[in-house]
Amino acid sequence: MGTPATAQESLAVEIRDLGITFATDGGDVRAVRGIDLDVRRGEVLAIVGESGSGKTVTGRSILGLLPETARVDGAVLLTGTDVVGLSGEKLRALRGPAAAMIFQEPSTALNPVYTVGWQLAEGLRAHGNVSKAEARATAIETLRRVGIPDPEHRVDDYPHMFSGGQKQRIVIAMALALRPSVIIADEPTTALDVTVQAEILDLLRDLRDEIGTAIVLITHNMGVVADLADRVAVMYRGDIVETAPVRELFAAPQHEYTKQLLAAVPRLEIADRAYTGAEGAEPAVAARDLEITYPGRLGRKPFRAVHGATFDIRPGEVVGLVGESGSGKTTIGRAMAGLTRVTGGSLRVLGAELADGAKTLKDVRRDLGFVFQDPASSFNPLLTIADCIAEPLVVHGVAANAAAARDKVDELLAAVQLPGDYGDRFPHELSGGQRQRASLARALALDPKFLIADEPTSALDVSVQAKVLDLFAELQERFGFACLFITHDLAVVDLLAHRVVVLHKGAIAEQGPTAQVLGAPQDPYTQRLIAALPVPDPEEQAARRAARA
Amino acid sequence: MAGKLRSALGRLPIVHQYRQSVGLQRGMLTAGLVLCAVFVISALFAPWIAPYGFAQLSQDGERFGAQQPPSAEHLLGTTVGGYDVLSRVIWGSQTALLVIVIAVLLSIFLGILLGLISGYLGGWLDRVLVVIADAIYAFPTLLLAIVAAIVISGGRSSLLGGVFAAAVSITVVFIPQYFRVIRAETVRIKSEAFVESAKVIGASTPRIMFRHVFRNATRTLPLIFTLNSSEAILTLAGLGFLGFGIEPSSGAEWGYDLNRSIADVTSGIWWTSVFPGLAIVLVVLGITLVGESLNDLADPRLRTRRRAAATPADAVAQSTPIAREELGEVK
Repeated sequence: MGTPATAQESLAVEIRDLGITFATDGGDVRAVRGIDLDVRRGEVLAIVGESGSGKTVTGRSILGLLPETARVDGAVLLTGTDVVGLSGEKLRALRGPAAAMIFQEPSTALNPVYTVGWQLAEGLRAHGNVSKAEARATAIETLRRVGIPDPEHRVDDYPHMFSGGQKQRIVIAMALALRPSVIIADEPTTALDVTVQAEILDLLRDLRDEIGTAIVLITHNMGVVADLADRVAVMYRGDIVETAPVRELFAAPQHEYTKQLLAAVPRLEIADRAYTGAEGAEPAVAARDLEITYPGRLGRKPFRAVHGATFDIRPGEVVGLVGESGSGKTTIGRAMAGLTRVTGGSLRVLGAELADGAKTLKDVRRDLGFVFQDPASSFNPLLTIADCIAEPLVVHGVAANAAAARDKVDELLAAVQLPGDYGDRFPHELSGGQRQRASLARALALDPKFLIADEPTSALDVSVQAKVLDLFAELQERFGFACLFITHDLAVVDLLAHRVVVLHKGAIAEQGPTAQVLGAPQDPYTQRLIAALPVPDPEEQAARRAARA
Repeated sequence: MAGKLRSALGRLPIVHQYRQSVGLQRGMLTAGLVLCAVFVISALFAPWIAPYGFAQLSQDGERFGAQQPPSAEHLLGTTVGGYDVLSRVIWGSQTALLVIVIAVLLSIFLGILLGLISGYLGGWLDRVLVVIADAIYAFPTLLLAIVAAIVISGGRSSLLGGVFAAAVSITVVFIPQYFRVIRAETVRIKSEAFVESAKVIGASTPRIMFRHVFRNATRTLPLIFTLNSSEAILTLAGLGFLGFGIEPSSGAEWGYDLNRSIADVTSGIWWTSVFPGLAIVLVVLGITLVGESLNDLADPRLRTRRRAAATPADAVAQSTPIAREELGEVK
């Protein structure tokens, strides 16, 4: 349109003074405050920031994919056309050929009732007169391009017949089908396991190198940024605080916030945390040949989630349970809390044998704490924080009611570094990190001997995660409880655990002291897991990538 | 203090939603609320508002006369039986309100309790209750109401007999609805982390059910409540229309009046049928509007919000095209 041709040639996207405001029930919220950003052709630009920083809406504004409640100011030039204010037919003509999107959750981005071939062809046929046969041929070609084996046959398969990583490849194929000049990738690997994540990142890099598509990578994971990005824009509360080439940013961050963000990223440093408890003490938890099977639905085989797991947790010891999704790590945690039935072997928790049924747990319940993954849903939304924290005290007769327990509640809130008046607030009035602190306070209310923490920090931003982990470590030292810490993040385990148990497909692949397992892994699966973990350092990541290839 | 009262007011079901609403949704809600308010006021104050009694045939020894057209004495005319139409329409709202209250009171407690138990405990009890609820669903309300009317009062009945006949039959059909909704919510909430965290703490089942699940499961109740109210009125009117309603001497009832006015329609006497009919339509419309608006407002995806206000200049720019269209300018 009006822009000079010279500027257009090198830029895929040009964002000028972009402001996005949402109308919400609580008044207007300015999500993005007048930012300028360029995406050059063929480069990977990472937009990083914490949740609520406006990185996703910025990415979506390039495609005009914002909800009706949003008001957009400024200009977003996509290959020379201003997307802001564009609607209907004109906007549709740009989506696909000019810009495409890769979504976070591949299993929901694909329509389950159509074959992947049909879904790929749909985009092709929407933009231009393509015959069925041509569309199919292109679909097969694109699927081959993204590394789906045997695309001639698999093109007729339905999404559920592919694995999570393959589904993400298909979503990438759909984005690629029309050869867009820019692809918006919104947390493309967040829903995937680390080993799969590494493959997808490799694929994205190859595509960029071969096709020359610019990629706007929206992520909160600094490891992913270090692995893939050429340039990084750091967003904080709706503003871009810093834009720099990736090596420069990691080596010498300029802005205060960037420094904080980088400092908060947990790194695998193989820190040995020595176990100081008595060696010969009776273990708090003992699993022997533990087997947990979920009953199958009618006509289906039962699903064996965990088998042959044998490990101990000694009093005052933190055991990190790591594994990818589906490895059975959460199942083990839930079984220890009596939420899932033990179907074989033996599981003794604080002296109660759970293989005889969860009823035996009744007497030791008060010595057991549980911290859930999602702090948003683990509190009853209609009770105040103080009521929620007082609940275990009331249930076990320590206090007559929530009001009587208030002194103890304030004490607990102080222990997790929350002001006492937060007790009168409702869960939704707290931020994610604050809620997770409150969740810790609740778990510690009865001074438990054993605590189960199921991915307690994976729903939190890195800087918040760092604080919560620090607090967790401090409380563990102070109260001396034994702990099963379930996580998929090896760096987090490294920070906290005395010992690590690595689960793979329901069985224990390797276990031992943290430094030994993470520093000198014996099992090939553990080795692969550690190798696939992206390191938040572009130089080292490049070296690792070279070594892998 | 005033601020506190204001925020407490703001949390009340309908007041809260009214504040959230904008534009067309607010218009719909307002219209519904006004209709409902008129309905409730005329029901509560019928003895003072209505010019005559519902069964009154004469004033000062002088009979009203049958099928009199609207006049100064009888603003909406008189019926074939010689009753004042306006008075019967106003008194009829009292009967309708009574049916709603009784039907909802009878069904809401049992429906919620069963839904909660069935949803939370699950197992064979849940399956049996769901099958029974489904079986009751298959029953036509009106047929059930006729049977109930015959059982309770032998078909022809007094005010309370007729009201209860309608209410009981509606109750039978309503219980599965409340049951279904509460059960579905309970099943959803049962798997939420806060219920599991209560389990891990060691809270007893009744405590979890009533302290943690119940209050979270009642969100959609105002909605079914309004939708069922309109159904209750329609059933009562249907019963009256079929002749299983309330004797004209023991209570005013719109459906009965409609039934008696069928013959009038062909002879050009419109006032006997139009007004009771209009009363039914408006009340059902009012309640449904409130229900639908509450439904839309409860869902963040359906709720429209005021557009983010920009600078005054933008506001002018936004309003200008509309102004042009109003002036009849063709683009």
